Amino acid sequence: MSQLNITINENKLTVSPGSTILDAAKAVGVHIPTLCHDPRLKPYGACRVCLVEVEGARAPMPACATKVTDGMVVSTDTEKIHRLRKTVVELLISDHPLECVTCEQCGDCGLQDLAYRYGLNKSRYIGERHPLREQGDDPFIQRNLDKCILCGRCVRICDEVESAFAIDFTYRGFQVQVGTDYGTSLKNTSCEFCGQCISSCPVGALIEKPRLNKGRTWETKKTLTICPYCGTGCTLELQTIGDKIVNVAAPLDKGVNRGNLCVKGRFGYQFVNSNDRLKTPLIKKNGKFVEATWSEAISLIAKKFNGIKSAHGADALAGFSSAKCTNEENYLFQKFMRAAVGTNNVDHCARLCHASTVAGLARAFGSGAMTNSIDDFAKAKAILVIGSNTTEAHPIIGINILQAVRNNGAKLIVIDPRKIKLTQFADIWMAQRPGSDVAVINGIMNIILKEGWYDQKFIEERTEDFDELKKILDAYTPEKVAEISGVSPEDLRRAADIYANSGASSIVFSMGITQHSTGTDNVLSLANLAMMTGNVGREGTGVNPLRGQNNVQGACDMGSLPNVCCGYQKVGDDGVQAKFQAAWGVELPKTPGLTVVEILNSAAKGGVKGLYVMGENPMLSDPDSQHVEEALEKLEFLVVQDIFMTETAVFADVILPGLTFAERDGTFTNTERRVQRIRRAINPMGNAREDWRIISDVATAMGYPMHYESADEILAEINSVTPSYACITTARISDSGF
Amino acid sequence: MNKKKTNTTNTNTEVIVGLGSCGLAAGAGDVFDALADEMKKNGVDARLKKTGCIGLCYKEVLIDIISDGVKVSYGNVTPAMAARIVKEHLVEGRPVDEWIIFKKDVVSGENTFLKDQKRIVLRKCGLIDPEDIEEAIAKGGYEAIKKVLSENSPDEVVAIVKESGLRGRGGAGFTTGLKWEFTRKAEGDQKYIICNADEGDPGAYMDRSVLESDPHAVLEGMLIAGYAISADQGYIYCRAEYPLAIKRLNIGIEQARAKGLLGKNILGHDFNFDITIKQGAGAFVCGEETALMASIEGKRGMPRLKPPFPVISGLWEKPTCINNVETLANISWIILNGAAEYAAIGTERSKGNKVFALTGKIERSGLVEVPMGITLREIIFDIGGGIKDGGTFKAVQIGGPTGGCLPEDFLDTYVDYDSLTKTGATMGSGGMVILDESTCMVDLAKFFMSFAQSESCGKCVPCRLGTKRMLEILERITQGIASAEELDLLESLAVDVKMSSLCGLGQTAPNPILTTIKYFRDEYLSHIHDKTCPAKVCVDLIDVVINQDLCRQCAVCIKHCPVQAISGARHEYTVIDPDACIGCRMCISVCPWNTIDVDSPKQLIVPAEKYRRPVNKENVAESVRCKADESRGGGA
Repeated sequence: MSQLNITINENKLTVSPGSTILDAAKAVGVHIPTLCHDPRLKPYGACRVCLVEVEGARAPMPACATKVTDGMVVSTDTEKIHRLRKTVVELLISDHPLECVTCEQCGDCGLQDLAYRYGLNKSRYIGERHPLREQGDDPFIQRNLDKCILCGRCVRICDEVESAFAIDFTYRGFQVQVGTDYGTSLKNTSCEFCGQCISSCPVGALIEKPRLNKGRTWETKKTLTICPYCGTGCTLELQTIGDKIVNVAAPLDKGVNRGNLCVKGRFGYQFVNSNDRLKTPLIKKNGKFVEATWSEAISLIAKKFNGIKSAHGADALAGFSSAKCTNEENYLFQKFMRAAVGTNNVDHCARLCHASTVAGLARAFGSGAMTNSIDDFAKAKAILVIGSNTTEAHPIIGINILQAVRNNGAKLIVIDPRKIKLTQFADIWMAQRPGSDVAVINGIMNIILKEGWYDQKFIEERTEDFDELKKILDAYTPEKVAEISGVSPEDLRRAADIYANSGASSIVFSMGITQHSTGTDNVLSLANLAMMTGNVGREGTGVNPLRGQNNVQGACDMGSLPNVCCGYQKVGDDGVQAKFQAAWGVELPKTPGLTVVEILNSAAKGGVKGLYVMGENPMLSDPDSQHVEEALEKLEFLVVQDIFMTETAVFADVILPGLTFAERDGTFTNTERRVQRIRRAINPMGNAREDWRIISDVATAMGYPMHYESADEILAEINSVTPSYACITTARISDSGF
Repeated sequence: MNKKKTNTTNTNTEVIVGLGSCGLAAGAGDVFDALADEMKKNGVDARLKKTGCIGLCYKEVLIDIISDGVKVSYGNVTPAMAARIVKEHLVEGRPVDEWIIFKKDVVSGENTFLKDQKRIVLRKCGLIDPEDIEEAIAKGGYEAIKKVLSENSPDEVVAIVKESGLRGRGGAGFTTGLKWEFTRKAEGDQKYIICNADEGDPGAYMDRSVLESDPHAVLEGMLIAGYAISADQGYIYCRAEYPLAIKRLNIGIEQARAKGLLGKNILGHDFNFDITIKQGAGAFVCGEETALMASIEGKRGMPRLKPPFPVISGLWEKPTCINNVETLANISWIILNGAAEYAAIGTERSKGNKVFALTGKIERSGLVEVPMGITLREIIFDIGGGIKDGGTFKAVQIGGPTGGCLPEDFLDTYVDYDSLTKTGATMGSGGMVILDESTCMVDLAKFFMSFAQSESCGKCVPCRLGTKRMLEILERITQGIASAEELDLLESLAVDVKMSSLCGLGQTAPNPILTTIKYFRDEYLSHIHDKTCPAKVCVDLIDVVINQDLCRQCAVCIKHCPVQAISGARHEYTVIDPDACIGCRMCISVCPWNTIDVDSPKQLIVPAEKYRRPVNKENVAESVRCKADESRGGGA
């Protein structure tokens, strides 16, 4: 469609169809105040402070909600408009406590700004005001209903974005207020405590409880970084005063989340400033940990590791890298294990979650990661979710899926034995018996085959051995699948119809299907389903595993795996071997190392004698903790590098205090393989150090010198040896990730 | 014996009782039962029938007796009158002349009331049994849908309605045919027709009356609209406070389904249409079309911005045509009589008839259907019979709670959309409240503002807080504690709220204030400057005083005072404590000797800004006594 002409206060410009007057005004730098507008929400037009005059219109129009029409002439600066805006603000402050001196929102308040602009320090309208609500026992969220201006942003974001529906308007007339079911605590509602309502509130009506009395927003230093929780990789703005995190926000125009956060990202930062943090190295003496200096601890590790190495060989040592640490640290850790220690016994928790994904998708597509980006869900016409409780485990991706369903009319198929939030919005929910995933997917493919809904052209041009698949599928009639899985043939048929015929179908899966003995088969079946219907390689389609930890993708990419170096360059391959020996200046072991599970098995049998665990907690995350305990106890020497005294750390001989995400620089790679910067917001706590610095020091002490001045320097080395990361420099990814 | 028999076996005689809500409220149910009893007792076999409302609300309970096509109407009938009517009129053939209110060729107020009306919407009201589809069919019901299905394409139907010039009767007056055309042309696989039966204006009840008296007119209008815009589903959004209307609609829908007039392949044509009733919970704002649709969808009834207009994206985001009850009730007449016939009625830009609900201080209150372009004077004085009890006309409030008040100077205003809008009032849905000199215009504005405020959905700031602050200023004015500046503030706020509100509710809510300030400014000033309520209405500015010279000390007033504000006892001196008095005037109405009166201004003991005085019985008694002495003027 052609561009539209619009004139705003004499400024002429063209905008694309669908733009609002507010968008156009922004483009020419004309400020129009807003209170009920949030770019994350649908136009609402209720506060009336964005009213502008439009030539030919009967009445002033709300700029936030009025779409530009061709030839529109808009005035934003007339006497009438200022009068109307001033009246609205004066009405608002007539029912608003002017307690700016003690209000948390002071300095960051839409109403305060407007009152300032119009010189209103009191209202001529005297009368009833909304009373202060009794402060209830809502966790995380303080609701000050006396300050509420009823712009509805909280109600709408809870509905439109979060699909939580915890709050709504109640009563009528002056009595209207934002309330919960039966006026109870948010605890008794469907509230997820994501705090999205707070993030949208333009005044001090909703405040994050943890930030109370810790400082106003304008007093804080703001640092953009990446959330340390799940693989979504949301952009956070850490607001700090001194070395304390005061609050967490998210910029509206940045990252995969564009202002949205979940309860973890928004409120889960307390651990950073926790007193329980490890602040100094600890050495176990006579069964008790005693504080030590860094040089004591590091020289002890070097001595012990070198001792084990010379007595039993390098393969008697092993290391667990971390999906919570940065790419730089993961790169350095595997380099340390391979170059300084001389073993490929390096692995991390990806082994336990998405190893089957990596294996399955690598076999099917050549690469084991999401085929499409998170933003692509918006373009899907159908989304099939299997083995993923997305709204809980990856809440912001959950939002993307639900918005595609609720706003764009995408069909949703959920295959999950449990009734999860997504099932409420699903067109079809198939509660299969646990373990029958392959049967269900085969059943769907059987129907697609019988009905001829497959994409013959795609199959011929892009796939191999379709006939083999056909043979297998023949046996999986809907009736047989129903018998195996408990899913009705009708549901299978409907799901097959929707998935095969939507035009653009996307598959989302996660650990609900990968953490099985048949995990790889589950993943391969999904890949087959996508390929036979041609739902790969286009917008809105694909096979999309949601990775668990914040940097599990990066830890894999960086080669914290026993069989590959960074960039999945195969251990043992002559070229690879030569390349890394040249780069690292040392002879490298040629045989693939042990996996996480194998390392612990070996340790239990006395094979592996020394273990270096960086930022992992196998006592909690590995199967059979009894077995893990036995293995750890059997070790001659255990080093744990972490931020807390974990269940694993108690078994350590030496504990090294590392840093949290808030205290260091580096990069994380999210589930869609977007490489994003994390930035130091506060100084390290106590004597704790960056993990990469610790690794460098240990390597150097062991006789393999590593000297880096910054994470950037490590990234530069990663660029030089990792083809898939060759161009990813901090400068290039500073703004929105790569 | 023979003579009696000939009189009682007149099967050509019908006895029809008006059983609309108004009739039922006046006791029509009991009258119906009493008539049935008496007829049985006397062996009368005339047909006893129910009907809806004929419009003469002030004469309820109404019964019509039609013998051989000659109609005689009785008004204000009570069960006690049943015996005589049955015996004298039905058995003996002598109508009870003294109770007759309407008879052909007899000059009466009721004749005048009905004579000047042109009935299209109400044409079957009060004539048919609304619970029997056969009666509606006998009077031409469903002929129009038959006609369009066999003779007209949907486009032709749209063209006919457009040509008729019919404009929406819900208030805004949008051209109905255009709305149909837009919906017809809108893209969408599913379209809806909604009948807006969320009549909520105080004093307006024409929609209820139509639904109760001739539901089939509305159902048929919806069918035709559905055919014209290619919708197969209709919704009637009717407030739950209209149980009788809902009951009769349900009966009507069931009967229409049974006769194949609703459902699949209607009348054998390739046209499917069905109707669902959605009951509203009574929020006034749900009469606004976008709020109404939200309510049908199960959401909180709050208006949203337009565009998109419902004709493009309405119910469940499908193209939706929303018409009001009265609008739809016109449709079948237009189809059967032709667009030209309809367009010949009314004015250039306001075609056809409009039903008005006359209420307030008017001699003949009720529903009247008149051609557009008639003057207010004709409606109020010719049809309505002027002011009740010989009072003086002060103003007419038109257009519901968000309409305006017009004084005597405007009595010759033509009643059509454009002329009314020019005055600052609106057509609204057709409520007309007649006010006499006993109405305080400030108090009236306060009443309507209180209504608008409590019905505001709260979405936009000007309406939610603006109406509240306007109401509070009005409260202060009626308490005598407002300053002159506050009147200016009120007026400017009213203008701003009108200009900046989101939906029609807020945009029109200030109208009662703006029109009363415009036309009755002096009355505001009296409250503000003189602390006087000229109409002697505002409780804080009046004293209810007992004239001790005339008082017979019967103590009836003491017994009836709901707040025990009157001290004294039988055979004692009685005084009213002005602080306790709530101004309800119960004492005045019960005093057998007419000794109690209302006075304003109140004798202010303390400065106006601290108007409320501390209770001091002795002082109060003294002041009242003094005043009473003064009023005696030296003794009589």
